[in-house]
Amino acid sequence: MRENSLLEMRGIYKTFPGVKALQNVDFTLCEGEIHALMGENGAGKSTLIKVLTGVHVKDGGEIFVKGHANAVSINSPKQAQALGISTVYQEISLCPNLSVAENIFLGRSENRIISWRKMNKRADELLKELGINVKATRQLASCSIAVQQMVAIARAVDMDCSVLILDEPTSSLDESEVAKLFVLMRKLKARGVGIIFVTHFLDQVYEVCDKITVLRDGKLVGEFEIENLPRLQLVSKMLGKELDDMADIKNDAPAYTSKDEVPVYEGRGLCSDEGISPFDFNIRRGEINGFTGLLGSGRSECVRTIFGADKVTGGTVKMNGKEVKITKPIHAMKQGIAYLPEDRKRDGIVGDLSVRDNIILALQVKTGFFKPFSKAKATEFANKYIELLDIKTASVNTPIKSLSGGNQQKVILARWLLTDPKYLILDEPTRGIDVGTKVDIQKLMLKLASEGMSVTFISSETDEMLRTCSRLLVMRDRKLVGELTGDQLTQNTIMATIAGGEKNAE
Amino acid sequence: MPSNALKPPKTSKIPNIFRNQIFIPIAALLILAVFNLIADPTFFRITLDQNSNGDPVLNGYIITVIDYGSELAILALGMTLVTAASGGQDISVGAGIAIAGSVLLRVLCGADSRSAELQAPIIVGFLASCLVAMIFGAFNGSLVAFFKIQPMVATLILFTAGRSIAAWINHNELPIVSDETFSYFGNYIPGIPVPTPFFIAVACFIIMWALLKFTTLGLYVQSVGINEKTSRLNGLNPELIKLLTYVILGVCVAIAGFIKVSRLSTINYSVIAKDIEMDAILAVALGGNALSGGKFSMGSSILGAYVIQFLTTTLYKFDVKSDALPAYKAVVVILLVIMSAPAVREKLSRLAKKLHPAKAAAENS
Repeated sequence: MRENSLLEMRGIYKTFPGVKALQNVDFTLCEGEIHALMGENGAGKSTLIKVLTGVHVKDGGEIFVKGHANAVSINSPKQAQALGISTVYQEISLCPNLSVAENIFLGRSENRIISWRKMNKRADELLKELGINVKATRQLASCSIAVQQMVAIARAVDMDCSVLILDEPTSSLDESEVAKLFVLMRKLKARGVGIIFVTHFLDQVYEVCDKITVLRDGKLVGEFEIENLPRLQLVSKMLGKELDDMADIKNDAPAYTSKDEVPVYEGRGLCSDEGISPFDFNIRRGEINGFTGLLGSGRSECVRTIFGADKVTGGTVKMNGKEVKITKPIHAMKQGIAYLPEDRKRDGIVGDLSVRDNIILALQVKTGFFKPFSKAKATEFANKYIELLDIKTASVNTPIKSLSGGNQQKVILARWLLTDPKYLILDEPTRGIDVGTKVDIQKLMLKLASEGMSVTFISSETDEMLRTCSRLLVMRDRKLVGELTGDQLTQNTIMATIAGGEKNAE
Repeated sequence: MPSNALKPPKTSKIPNIFRNQIFIPIAALLILAVFNLIADPTFFRITLDQNSNGDPVLNGYIITVIDYGSELAILALGMTLVTAASGGQDISVGAGIAIAGSVLLRVLCGADSRSAELQAPIIVGFLASCLVAMIFGAFNGSLVAFFKIQPMVATLILFTAGRSIAAWINHNELPIVSDETFSYFGNYIPGIPVPTPFFIAVACFIIMWALLKFTTLGLYVQSVGINEKTSRLNGLNPELIKLLTYVILGVCVAIAGFIKVSRLSTINYSVIAKDIEMDAILAVALGGNALSGGKFSMGSSILGAYVIQFLTTTLYKFDVKSDALPAYKAVVVILLVIMSAPAVREKLSRLAKKLHPAKAAAENS
């Protein structure tokens, strides 16, 4: 082992039936280092983490941990924990109905009799030390996701972990919460903890990490110091190709100047019970526009109001100039509006149902209760879109939950495209999916728009929106604060509008 | 895992059988059948006898199974839908049968509980009981759908109160229908040697099959049971669909009640269809349907219902006292439930693979 390294993995192999998930992968983590593990979906990141945490047992290779002279074997999560390796997963695996302190000490008390006072005191001290602003006696469920995540980290830290694995910790946090998490990560780093950071967000990698290890197709691409690997190169290393593909997508859609044309959708004074200020919105034929703003700024709530997904409390809607009523999703669907929701797992997929049933669902509901599609017809629909969108699934009968995230997203996209919508709303269609699929979805959007469909697009990644949208509506604090078109569509103006008067654009 | 490297999982036929839902009830049925065949093959003997009226009727244990399994199978239809849509079970179906039966008798006998003639056509009585059962179903359903009460808790109300309501409908009297045609539905139609409840059950299966085939009920119910939020965003009304399943179960309850009352031409409020809710739920579970809702297989549930009746009849045949019956049943239930546990089935499936290594190797290559 190298002198200051905490953990070394050498020549790791792992095979699943039909898949070589890891082939000869090396990974080294040093003391006081934040190390990003990057790769597209299916590159082998999760498998590597799972081998390290004992969820999967490696087929070959050696793992060395500081303080152990020989290679260690990790066959269960418990063994990993004993070696000081702790994981905080994307979905928090704590008990929401217990208090913060209970969650920190759960299953670890040495004595049979618990002194609640002592436990709470120790928890408070720990939280204070780590700068986590929450009371130990508070019920975990009442804390924000960010705090819950930090409590999970505190639990790991208190268990004397030397290697901390953070698996997509930031995907459900807003910017200020991410900043807090980073403060905590840096604190731990100063204590000498090695952190493995798995994320899709490039910005965050460059903000907080020291090193990057890139995997592709189960193989090691390389380990890089952060300053030696500019973003563009990182992406091309992850993809294994040069960036021509991304450059292809340029927004050459003309700005929509013909104001006299009747908009496909026009809403005035729309508001819902989710507490957004009434807003006006319209979209024309073949236009792509988007809502931008920070997470929680109300951009999702806006499109949910348009689709009738939340309880609509006011406003008037005109479709092609004719006044209509949209208070429920079915009303919107009847008007030819389709909505791909932000939270794929919660609002998008019907997990146990097959890919076929998931694809036909919306059209079937639209068609009606007494007109079910025959199995042959449904299979035909499904196969058409599986081919069109290049959905990777074993068959149409495969349950959608066993597909990868990107392919699940494509299935839901297929579901809505099958209804032949006039107006398509895509809320974060590219979140948590690999770069290749992201590009596919953006290309598809442009193609659909050129065929006359109107599209509203929301994404956390501004450059995606800049590439596709001809008009951006900016949200701040649940209010529509600006509309950007033409020359205004640059990172700087967007940032400035989002930040408002308080902050200067950088 | 890299999705592009995933090949379609080509499992050989043998492990597939273990994974298939209908495997459990079929296996249970086979085990029971083999047991009976070894213990006493006369179990399977069917004879053509004459009943007290001189009409030809089929006799035998198998006939008993298909006769007395009818109510259970009919209830299992509705229970499957309720389970799938709401992720919970209706434990008030036994009490519901008492209510439906009581209403039926009240309409047929009128004010006089010993009236010599029918006061209303049988069909009117049946429709009235059907309507009442549907209203009670809707009551349960709305508690579950709109007030989001756990199904078992919501239906506990009628489970507790149902039999008293049934008694109250007939002023605690036990009306007797003297009309002979009424007894045909629970026994035999003169000249036809097969018990009538079997035909009624088959008719219900066909109606349910048609309902699932010619409407989108199956897709909607499963979709709502798996993910309510997604269903709503795809234009469904989850509350209405849940309510609908409880109303359909109400119809099943009315039909089962009709058969039960017709068997005896009278009613005993505290005993009629006692504990049938547990058997109905068991039928659904035995069919391999998740009791937490979601995907379902109607055929498996029906088969499950008959397996339970098969078991009950087998136990009776071996002179198990009716008091001891539940204990024996429990043992069998434990075995079945363990067998249907996903972990065990996965093991079985792996075992089968091991026994056919050549096939397994061919799959992996």
